[in-house]
Amino acid sequence: MKENSLQKSRQRETNKVAAVFLAPVMLILVLYVFYPIVNTFQTSLYEWNGISADKIFIGISNWSKLIKDGNFWFAFSNNIKIMILSICIQIPLGLAMATFLDFAGKKTNVFKVIWFIPMLVSSVAIGFLFTYALATKGGMISSISNFFGGPNIDLLGNPSTALYTIIAIIAWQFTPFYMVYCMAAYTNISPEVFEAARIDGATRGQYFWKIALPLLTPSLKSAAILSMVGSLKYFDLIYVMTNGGPGRSTELMATYMYKLSFSEFNMGYGSAVAAGMFLLISVIALFTMKVINGKGED
Amino acid sequence: MEQYKKNKIKSRICWVIASILAVIQLLIAILPFFFMVLNSFKEKFEMLTKGVFTLPDTFYIDNYKEVLSGKFFTFFLNSVIVLLVALTILLLVAACASYPLSRFKFKLNAPIYALIVACMSIPVHVTLIPIFKMTRSMHLYDTIWSLIGPYVAMGVPISVFILTSFMKGIPKEIEESAEIDGCNKFKMFTKMIFPLSKPGLSTLAIYNGVNMWNEFSFAYTLTQSAEHRTLPLAVWEFRGRYSMNTPMIMAVLVLTLLPMLILFIFAQDKLVKGMTAGAVKG
Repeated sequence: MKENSLQKSRQRETNKVAAVFLAPVMLILVLYVFYPIVNTFQTSLYEWNGISADKIFIGISNWSKLIKDGNFWFAFSNNIKIMILSICIQIPLGLAMATFLDFAGKKTNVFKVIWFIPMLVSSVAIGFLFTYALATKGGMISSISNFFGGPNIDLLGNPSTALYTIIAIIAWQFTPFYMVYCMAAYTNISPEVFEAARIDGATRGQYFWKIALPLLTPSLKSAAILSMVGSLKYFDLIYVMTNGGPGRSTELMATYMYKLSFSEFNMGYGSAVAAGMFLLISVIALFTMKVINGKGED
Repeated sequence: MEQYKKNKIKSRICWVIASILAVIQLLIAILPFFFMVLNSFKEKFEMLTKGVFTLPDTFYIDNYKEVLSGKFFTFFLNSVIVLLVALTILLLVAACASYPLSRFKFKLNAPIYALIVACMSIPVHVTLIPIFKMTRSMHLYDTIWSLIGPYVAMGVPISVFILTSFMKGIPKEIEESAEIDGCNKFKMFTKMIFPLSKPGLSTLAIYNGVNMWNEFSFAYTLTQSAEHRTLPLAVWEFRGRYSMNTPMIMAVLVLTLLPMLILFIFAQDKLVKGMTAGAVKG
C-alpha cells in the first residue's frame, strides 16, 4: 500500500518535470503551427482583404467556390505531374549515382563532391540562375543551339514546355539529395553480403538487381514519400522563375494560394485554398503511407 | 572459362558506359555554375555580343565592387543574426522536449511525440496568412525578429524526431548511477544528457542551419524593406535595379553562394551527413 503511493507520487513528480520540459515546444507549436491552422480554416469562412477591419462572414461559399475552381484543380494536376516525374527521375538517378560511387570506391570522390553542389544553393538563387541561363537571348541552351546552327530556344516562355523545364530544374536541384540518401542506405548493407555474392560468382549487375535492390527497397519507399510530400507543397522555385506563368501553365497550389492572398489580397479565399491544400496533402500522405507500409508487411 | 571471359568483357563495357554517363552528369551539375561565374566577370554588353561561354576579355570586377558597396553586407548580417538566434532557441527547445520524450514514462508520451512528428508534413502555406497577421499585430512586421518564431517552429518536428532517437541511444546506466549520486532530473539534463547529445545536436545544427539560411517563403512575406531582409532575398533587390544586366545578377548570385561553398569546402563530410540527417533516420 505504502509502496503504491510512493510510486504514485513518483509518477506525479515525473509528470511535472515532463510538463516543464515540454512546455516551450508546445508553446511554439501552438503559436506557430496549431493556432495558424485553425485560424486558416476560420478565415476561409470570411470574405476579407487581409487589412481592413470588415470581415464578412460568408459561410462555406469559399469552399463551394474552391470545389468548382478550375484553376485550383489545374494547379493540383500540375503538382501531381511534378510529383510523379520527380519520383520517376530523381530517385532512380540518385540511386544510379550512388551505385556508381559505391562500386567505384574512394577514387571517385570528386564525382560525389561536384554532384552534391546543387544541393547547397537556395531555391531562390537556383531560380534566378536558371531564369538567366535559360533566357531566350544570351542563355545557355540558346547558345548551344546557335553553336550547332539552330535557332534561339525559349523554354520558359512557352506554355507547353515551361512545366517540364521546371521539373528538369527541380531534378537538377534535388537528385543529389537522393544520391546521398541512397549512399547512406548502401552503407547499411554489410560488406560481407557483397563479398559472399561475389564469391558465389554473381556479377556486379546480378548483385545490384538480385541482392542490393531488394535490400534498399524500404529506404527507396521512404524516399518516395519524402519526394511526394515535397512536390505537393512546392513553391519557391516556381514563384521566382515563372510565378505560375506563362498563362497558368506552371501554376501550383502554393503559388495560386500566395497570389490570391498577397497580390490580390483576397485572404478569405486564399485561406480556403491553403486549407484545401493542407487537407489534400494530409489525405494523400496518409493514404500512400498506408499503401506502402501495408505492402511492406506481406 | 569462356563464360567467365564473356562476363568480364561485358562488365568492362558496362563500366565504360557508366563512366561516360557519370561524366555527362558531372557536366550537367557544373555547367550552370560555370555559366554563372564566367559571366559575372563580364561587362554588361560583352556577354550579349561575344557569347556566353567565352572567357571574359578582362577580369572585370566592377560588378562585384558595385554589389559589395550596396546593401549586400546588411543582408548578410541579417541572415547571420537570424540564423544564430533561431538556431540557438531551436536546439535548446528541441533538446528540452526530447529529454522527457526519450527517457520518461508517462501516459501522454506517445501521443505528444506523434503530434510533434506529424507536423513534419504540414505545408508552410497553411500557416502563412495567420502568421502574417500575428506578425503585424505583434508589431514585428518588417523586422528580422519576425522570422525567429516561424524558423524555430519549422525546425522543431524533425529536430525532436532525431534527438529523441539519439537520446534513446544513451545508455540507461549513466542515468542510474547519477541518480544514486543524488542528481535530480534537471541536473541530469544539464550535466549529463545535454552534453552527451552533442553529436546529434551538431548534425541538427547543420541541417536546420542550411534550411534557415536558404528559407524563402517567410522571409519574403514577413519582411519588406531591404534593410531587414535576409540573404536569399538580396537578388531580388538587385534585380529591381539591374534586371537587364545579367553579369551583375550573376555576381550577386556568386556572392550569395560563397558562404555555403566555403563551409562545404571545410566541412564537406559533416555537411553532407547533416543535410540528409532527417531523411536517413526516417
